Amino acid sequence: MNDIRPMIEVRGAQKFFGPLEVLKGIDFSVARGQIVAVIGPSGSGKSTLLRSLNHLETLDGGEVWLDGVKVNQTLGRRAFERHINGVRQQMGMVFQHFNLFPHLSVSENITIAPIRLKGMARAEARALALKMLDKVGLADKIDAVPARLSGGQKQRVAIARALAMQPKVMLFDEATSALDPELVDEVNLVMKQLAGEHMTMVIVTHEMRFAAEVADRVIFMADGAVVEEGSPAELFRNPKQERTRSFLKKFLNG
Amino acid sequence: MDIALIGRIFPVFVQAAWTTVELSLLSLAIGLAMAALVATLRLSHVTALRFIGAAYVSVFRGTPALIQIFLLYFGGPQIGIQLEPFAAGAIALGLNIAAYMAESIRGGVRSVDRGQMEAARSLGFGEGQSMRWIVLPQAAKLMIRPLGVNAVALVKGTALVATISVVELTYTAQRFIGSTYKPFEIFAVTAVLYMIMVYGLTVVIDRLDRAYAGEA
Repeated sequence: MNDIRPMIEVRGAQKFFGPLEVLKGIDFSVARGQIVAVIGPSGSGKSTLLRSLNHLETLDGGEVWLDGVKVNQTLGRRAFERHINGVRQQMGMVFQHFNLFPHLSVSENITIAPIRLKGMARAEARALALKMLDKVGLADKIDAVPARLSGGQKQRVAIARALAMQPKVMLFDEATSALDPELVDEVNLVMKQLAGEHMTMVIVTHEMRFAAEVADRVIFMADGAVVEEGSPAELFRNPKQERTRSFLKKFLNG
Repeated sequence: MDIALIGRIFPVFVQAAWTTVELSLLSLAIGLAMAALVATLRLSHVTALRFIGAAYVSVFRGTPALIQIFLLYFGGPQIGIQLEPFAAGAIALGLNIAAYMAESIRGGVRSVDRGQMEAARSLGFGEGQSMRWIVLPQAAKLMIRPLGVNAVALVKGTALVATISVVELTYTAQRFIGSTYKPFEIFAVTAVLYMIMVYGLTVVIDRLDRAYAGEA
């Protein structure tokens, strides 16, 4: 019966940057195991929306729910800290600029959270790191330092780091936008593999081809609102809104 | 040039220089502790705490160190703070350098990419934990050089406490001039001893800097 409940549910999400309304009351939900791609022009609010899911951005209005738990609860400062840290442990996030910890080795990047936050023993955590690195094809880099890795490798380690917390959901914030073109595929491949394992994923991306391939559902955002959503086939081949058509046309013509 | 005089006074001056070293170390300890506190205030989310931190920095950077020393040593007894010259000097110098060191610490923390804090938070680390395990280890490396500059300024600044008759290097020099009338020799020896101390300190700073750089 739990499976009917959406994994992520957003109701009336509203966010202002000063006088500018960057999210204009957005509703959307992600079912368990579903993969949702969010596309749209720069400044459409898609990254802000994603970041509000794990409360890196604080909404000014509306609600975010993760697996039946309200994320943006009103609590005292300390109680909220505890609550949100717990929520974040269940949501892995992958950033555009990787944000690996440069002072730690690849292994430590992955094990620091399980060790410090879950009290996992070091040996167990290292075995977990190895398993996660194996998943992203980088088991041989376990003792490397981030500075020695390529951008694609860094991002794969960042994915392994997020996966090591065994999250219910993975959030990708333009995970391949900062990569050289020839390194994009190796990261996309890892994401596709995760999709094959039925990980619930929200992917903010500029890559229409990848979105079409991997997503169950595509959301097109513009000016802080959801303009249109549907299956990749519907949205890419037969967009209903003029705004979507013009965006896709611009994209497809380079 | 009276070489014999230099030979005669040298042991006394080395003794005095040692007092300068002790004074420097004590003020450095006071300074670092206070600087950590002030930097924490300045980086706080709470506006009132940020204001207190900023006020501290403004007051101690905005007034002469000499006046701060006088205020504590001469003005202190009037409000019930009676201190020996050495203690008053060490505390005043420490509180003064703390204002500069707090800015060095804050600068280091600020220089760490924002994404580091975000990545740590997104894994579920609290703010304090993210600071301790992710941001501060990276910031420490960036702080060593600026804190080193502050420490060098502190060592040279200890000369100021000669004015409240702490028997350190500069005070000793002045006293000997009164009895020998050989200011050139005496101040030359004094300068060389300060230089040796500062050189020793810069060697330590370089070592620390390299040790931390190698770690990353």
